[in-house]
Amino acid sequence: MRFYRLLLLLYPSSFRREYGAEMSADFARRRRESSGAVAALFLWLDTAFDVLRSAAAAHWDILLQDLRYTVRSLSRAWGFAFGAIAVIAIGVGANTAAFSVADFVLFRPLPFPDPDALVRLCWGPRTGGGWGCMNQLSPANYRDYKNMTSSFQAMGAYFGNAVNLVGSGEPQRISGAQVTSDVLPLLGVAPLLGRLFDSTSGGAADVRGVVLSYGLWQSQFGGDSRVLGRGVNLNGTPYEVIGVMPPDLYFPTRETKMWTLLLLRDENYTDRSDNYLEAVARLKPRVSMDRARADLNVVAARLARDYPDVNGDAGFSFFAMRDTMSPRYRLMLLGLCGASLCILLLTCANLANLLLARAGARERELAVRAALGAGKERLVRQIVTESMTLALAGGIAGVAVAAAAVPLLSLLVPDTLPVASQPSLDLRVLALAAAITALTGLGFGVLPALRVGGRTGGNLSALREGVGSGGGQKQRLRNVLVAVEVAVSVVLLISSGLLIRAVWRIQSIDPGFVPERVVALRTVLPRPKYDITQRRVQFYNRVLTDIRVLPGVQSAGYITGLPMVMTGRITNVVIPGREVPAGFRNEVVSVRSVTSQYFRTMGIPLLRGRDIEEGDVRGRANAAVISESFATRYWPSEDPIGRTFEARGEVRAVVGVVGDVKVRGLERAEEPQLYLSAGQVPDTAFINDDPKDLVVRYSGTTGALLSTVRDIVQAADPEQPISDVQTLDDVVAGETATRRAQLRVLGALAAIALLLCGVGIYGLLAFTVSQRSREIGVRLALGAEPSSVARMIVTKAMKLTLVGLVPGVLAAYAAALGMRALLFGVAPADPATILGAVVLVCVMTLAGSLVPVLRAVRVNPMLVLRAE
Amino acid sequence: MAYSRTDVDALLPLPLATFHILIALAHEDRHGYAIMLDVAKRTDGELRLSAGTLYRSIQRMLEQGLITETNERPAPELDDERRRYYRITPFGAAVARAETQRMANLVRMARVEGLSPGRA
Repeated sequence: MRFYRLLLLLYPSSFRREYGAEMSADFARRRRESSGAVAALFLWLDTAFDVLRSAAAAHWDILLQDLRYTVRSLSRAWGFAFGAIAVIAIGVGANTAAFSVADFVLFRPLPFPDPDALVRLCWGPRTGGGWGCMNQLSPANYRDYKNMTSSFQAMGAYFGNAVNLVGSGEPQRISGAQVTSDVLPLLGVAPLLGRLFDSTSGGAADVRGVVLSYGLWQSQFGGDSRVLGRGVNLNGTPYEVIGVMPPDLYFPTRETKMWTLLLLRDENYTDRSDNYLEAVARLKPRVSMDRARADLNVVAARLARDYPDVNGDAGFSFFAMRDTMSPRYRLMLLGLCGASLCILLLTCANLANLLLARAGARERELAVRAALGAGKERLVRQIVTESMTLALAGGIAGVAVAAAAVPLLSLLVPDTLPVASQPSLDLRVLALAAAITALTGLGFGVLPALRVGGRTGGNLSALREGVGSGGGQKQRLRNVLVAVEVAVSVVLLISSGLLIRAVWRIQSIDPGFVPERVVALRTVLPRPKYDITQRRVQFYNRVLTDIRVLPGVQSAGYITGLPMVMTGRITNVVIPGREVPAGFRNEVVSVRSVTSQYFRTMGIPLLRGRDIEEGDVRGRANAAVISESFATRYWPSEDPIGRTFEARGEVRAVVGVVGDVKVRGLERAEEPQLYLSAGQVPDTAFINDDPKDLVVRYSGTTGALLSTVRDIVQAADPEQPISDVQTLDDVVAGETATRRAQLRVLGALAAIALLLCGVGIYGLLAFTVSQRSREIGVRLALGAEPSSVARMIVTKAMKLTLVGLVPGVLAAYAAALGMRALLFGVAPADPATILGAVVLVCVMTLAGSLVPVLRAVRVNPMLVLRAE
Repeated sequence: MAYSRTDVDALLPLPLATFHILIALAHEDRHGYAIMLDVAKRTDGELRLSAGTLYRSIQRMLEQGLITETNERPAPELDDERRRYYRITPFGAAVARAETQRMANLVRMARVEGLSPGRA
């Protein structure tokens, strides 16, 4: 019998209470009537099966009943239902999106085997380290370092390049990387097809081999499995496809479409200060970062002793490949996560408030049902069904919100990380956020039902219409929730306000050139076709001459790389008579090769002397144009024109001084700048020194201009592709693109927070007014002015707002200190921002109290009193 | 309790168990177990209502007002206090009649089309 009673527990308790005893009696009788072991066994099986089936059916009946009831009651209170679902959707969606992106960028292991052992090496000033150390290495330093250290299993060098791929159809420009034969194997990813570069002979056998990325293989070769051995023309040289990598390999960046072999020859090792290599290495098993760092310091000290001129003040360092991103990205993402947590908090507070308000309004309904005999369990169960329905609907809408938000956030995925650009939705986060909101819904939904159900025989006072019940405790809880909402929205408002001011400040920085009405495009002259400087100059001259005579074109010129696009390329300079440098960094300047008219086209002011001219070719004195900061650093009180110095192993004479340009970007400090003549670049110079970016200043529109320019380039060399067409306005705007993306997201979250806060205040006051309508009626009947009633309600709202404002402003200040690096000099306690946020919240409070106030002053004393 | 024709029609066709329970209660108040026995006897053991089916049906029929619980109980020596006795309501009787009529009509229609049992 005990077993049967256990079985009965499967039924809903209301059913069990009604029929349990009778069913037990029936069962006892049937058991008495069944004789023999077989009959008894059959009875047990039959009974167990029957209970399972009918208990499930009974639960299902109740669920359907509750769902029908839920739909009915929610459709009567559609405002509440819509509000609750929207609130949950926003909370769940925003959190899922933000944490999916953050996890993807910050925590998820890189898509390589044993990714924690992968490090990037760098060379830079000894002080600093960390992010300050992003400089490239020279081949000589790389070689010595590789030979002298013992902490690494393998080490390889590479640099990103772009090649002209000529096949059928239009020539194309493709991003690739030149890698030493160690690089791909040390990543630990096997090729999908074919093989990697042969490392036995230092890779010399594969100088003409190319490994394709999966994407390029698909787009250019149609995923043809017979691609191995096929010939391709890169920069005018025939190459052979030797391998294809799997789809999720992105190295060194996600733009990289192909890999060719980097062979370092003796001549590459001559200039120890020519830093252009990136290096990647894999730690030996069981070698810690610290041990490798100690090992590295020893090597660095030796190299500093052996080559004091270059390495004297420099050190070597490395960082986990996982951290190949600016700390700004990290901070932005953490800020975003903080903001979305705030939204989740707001969501829960608002949901709780909505449910408490509804519970207040429903207390009478619940009391009636309890008085009519509905058990506590049935009431609770009904409310649970309702809460879960809301949570489920909100969760589904939340997935939609998250799916829409993730692409918006993908701008926050740094392109320096070797991962795909689009994170996928993280289902774990989704589940967690949904669970938190569902728990809130359950907690605040069920509490009131428990209280009502707990009273025996219903609650008489609750049965009376219009009489406030529920006591001060719930009211206090609601007050606290509203204050929390105010605090959270203040934090979000101030944070986004500070970031907006930072972006304004950055956007108002003078880049040093005039970006309006300048279009840029890239023509990279391939080697060995253009090995001779003379040939390159012929190309530039022909293209520039034809473009400059076009109608609407004011000027045109070439440069090695656009400011803010090419940020690196530096060189050491030796100034005659200058003391041995105290810190080598001071002697490093940014270097570019330019043609004539470059400065005029860019709107960079020529302060003294002359521009680079077409006559500045090899065989003539090496002309150098320097920037203002170059002049003030080395010749502070003298006329720099005519002065000579040494750079890139040759003596140069200053012919002109131009304004400084923000080479490294609006937010970064830059070194003095040196411009050399494109006509005086040595034949053997590294291809990265060649001018390749064409800038054209025009009046009118770019449409027809671009196709004409394209024709001119094609006429000069039909195999020459054009790429990277962009206006300088876009380049400058791109500087703040990530920030603006983050700002849009944060701004949206702040707006949502403000709205939720307003809704919360409205909900609270509306509830208060309806609860106190009797008191208000009595006051009005006794002659109180409606304005005093209005004042009473607004005062209550403002008090709550003030209570929330103080901790909110403090928390915002703490948050601002944490993200100081993003503020670009805007003070964390910026008074204007704080004031603005406070005013916004106060306006929202007033807006939220408007309708309740109107309702209160319209209370009809007679009606209220009659209802008593 | 007043009821209308639409109230009756809304419940048709009746689930088999419900119809049998109404028949079992047509002339006599019975407790659950007695209903079970009566149905089994009337159908020569062909239909045995399980306890789960029976009491879920009873619960629903009480809600629908087809039956009601009665306080009239048999003599104490025959009574078991755990037992509850059910009685058909006038509404229940009306529904049972309507169901009978519905089935009779159905049978008549079938016969007209030559579907009587025992014929070729």
